[in-house]
Amino acid sequence: MTREELQQLIATQFAGCSFEEGTEWLTVDISADSWKTGAQWLRQHNDLLFDFLFCLTCVDWKTHLTMVYHLTSTTYRHTLVVKCKLNREKPEIETVSDIWRTAEFHEREVYELFGVIFLNHPDLRKLILPDEWEGYPLRKDYEDPINMIKL
Amino acid sequence: MPVALPQFKPYRPQMPAINKKNTMSNTLNHEAAESLPAGDVVSAHRPSIEQLAGPTPFPGTVHQAPGGNFLVSKMDEVINWARSNSLWPLTFGTSCCAIEMMSAYSAKYDWSRFGFEVARATPRQADVIIIAGTIVNKMAPVLKRLYDQMADPKYVVAMGACATSGGPFFYNTYSVVKGADHVIPVDVYIAGCPPRPEALIHALMALQVKIKAGMTREQIRDEMKAPPQPE
Amino acid sequence: MYRETEVLQSVPGTDEMVINVGPQHPSTHGVLHLVLTIDGEKVKKVEPHLGYIHRSIEKMCESLTYRQFIYTTSRMDYLAAHINNHACAMCVEKGLQLKVPQRAQYIRVIMDELTRIASHCLWWGSVAMDCGAVTPFFLAFREREMINTIMEETCGARLTMNYMVPGGVMADIHPNFQRSVKDFIAHFKTKIDEYDELVTGNIIFESRLKKVGMLSKEDAISYGCTGPTARGSGVHCDVRKLYPYEVYDKVQFNEILQTGCDSYARYLVRLAELRESMSIIDQLIDNIPEGDFQAKTKAVLKLPKGEFYSRVETPRGELGVYIVSEGGTTPYRIKFRSPGFSNLSALDHMTRGQKIGDLVAIMGTLDLVIPDIDR
Repeated sequence: MTREELQQLIATQFAGCSFEEGTEWLTVDISADSWKTGAQWLRQHNDLLFDFLFCLTCVDWKTHLTMVYHLTSTTYRHTLVVKCKLNREKPEIETVSDIWRTAEFHEREVYELFGVIFLNHPDLRKLILPDEWEGYPLRKDYEDPINMIKL
Repeated sequence: MPVALPQFKPYRPQMPAINKKNTMSNTLNHEAAESLPAGDVVSAHRPSIEQLAGPTPFPGTVHQAPGGNFLVSKMDEVINWARSNSLWPLTFGTSCCAIEMMSAYSAKYDWSRFGFEVARATPRQADVIIIAGTIVNKMAPVLKRLYDQMADPKYVVAMGACATSGGPFFYNTYSVVKGADHVIPVDVYIAGCPPRPEALIHALMALQVKIKAGMTREQIRDEMKAPPQPE
Repeated sequence: MYRETEVLQSVPGTDEMVINVGPQHPSTHGVLHLVLTIDGEKVKKVEPHLGYIHRSIEKMCESLTYRQFIYTTSRMDYLAAHINNHACAMCVEKGLQLKVPQRAQYIRVIMDELTRIASHCLWWGSVAMDCGAVTPFFLAFREREMINTIMEETCGARLTMNYMVPGGVMADIHPNFQRSVKDFIAHFKTKIDEYDELVTGNIIFESRLKKVGMLSKEDAISYGCTGPTARGSGVHCDVRKLYPYEVYDKVQFNEILQTGCDSYARYLVRLAELRESMSIIDQLIDNIPEGDFQAKTKAVLKLPKGEFYSRVETPRGELGVYIVSEGGTTPYRIKFRSPGFSNLSALDHMTRGQKIGDLVAIMGTLDLVIPDIDR
């Protein structure tokens, strides 16, 4: 599907979404509440079939956090980038690990590095940091005078 | 609070005054070996590092006697000679330096010529632990536990820039231990990122020299506990 | 300290136990800590505990300039150092809209394929060693040493060569380069048949790898597996074919797919990729065009505001570099989409119901490099 067709189709499902201009792939900004149903729809709709989630990450803009999901379809070879703004004090979003199994590990990593809570995740705990680590290292306001030696 | 590292001051032994000509870089020459005193009785002092440079024969002196020759030696020197020629490394590689360690193990740079062939997987049977790779905060207790499980005498070689001082991950990292000697005492440091296999073999040879001279941390610690009796 | 497995408990009176594999273990290919729940010899659950080599590379890169952060990726997946550097350089070039000269493109692809051969050689040696054969390890390193010597002549380093820069390569190739590479290819062509004969048809090796670690095509896509792990299950995912970069659209090579879905299929995919890499190098080595080896760039690079994603095919799978830039000299956020991370998440699914020895064989065929997973 071309970018315009994708844009029209996706605008029908996600209410109040907006599209970014000038990006390499179609990028859609959605709200956190519509993510779970929207993800199911993206996965199963006959013309979309986004079955390959290849990048799941989070970016800390100092006023809010943004979740970024990169999806592609192995049948149609179109790519979509989904972004979702989260509140900095209470970052919560539904998990998609039952739709795309790769999200299980990626969401654990985002949880420990940014502090985003994934609701209904089967096993949300620290993956790569030691268990008693406090703080969310990849946030921009993370201070660690003991371990980090600033250049 | 993030995990605070224990304060560990690296122990630096008193090195003997080394003749500038025979510095560590040219210890592997044959002239120095000929300066061993000939026909001497058992030396009352520790052999110095420049005396040990070069291929060392079995320590001791041969005394001619009718009916057969005697070899007189010092037990310490014989034990050190035996230990240094048969160091069994522990297979401990965390990151890229492990590949250069494996290259030193393979056929081209072959460290088994020096006696290090048998690389044990269990610390109970290993003599030397070559810390090849970065040590991070999560791995530090594991390293300490492995070191504790090794039986005396044990030696430690910090291979590469990461194990020496944190290396390329020194600035702006929250999880890297800036040098393995914050966790366990180190005998030999190797520079390089990663060091060539020849550098690793040079370091192991330097460790052999250190063992024969009785200058490793473990030997000095034992000596401090039970100083040698004056002759 | 050690994580006490509060959810997993050994059940007294039965054969069910919780045991640790690693982090210091010769067969975990690095520091991977697996907590196995086993029933006798059968594995019921595998839980990987990562982070024993987490060097906070993504945080560190936020304070390094666009020329400096490339060296950190050599240390991430050190067996494919050129390819990792290539991905970073490509991402910066995408942001700067920089065109790389033809000569540099040819050199980059030849270096990439040599790195792929070196990485697959080491993989072959270690998978044979995991299954018990020690000789292939030494044979594989012998071939690797030849490639390392070629790399050392041109790039200056054997393992972590920072040869790719945004705009091209750092220095021109050594005058001996073409001849050494041609000699190596001629030598390796004879050797690879020997290795095939030694290991692939061996009855012990076959029975250790056949029907072990089944990963169906849908599961491979769902777990995000890429590279030979997914191609052994029949998934078309070779980045060099789907999203060609540099001169990959000009060379003829096949994408190797197997439908066996087991460890043996993944093994065969990697062996065949060795031959394909040799054929790519053959096509390119005599036709390197004259010209610049580096495009002219400013001394200080500043990417415009926006996001850029570039992907390459490493010997492990698809490596993605995602840079979010705010217009400064350092990236605002870098994410490395590492292939091993997704491949490892399928390990639990593949190993349920198999034996502990099968777990080692499966980890061997997944070709995990743990610093790539932990970053």
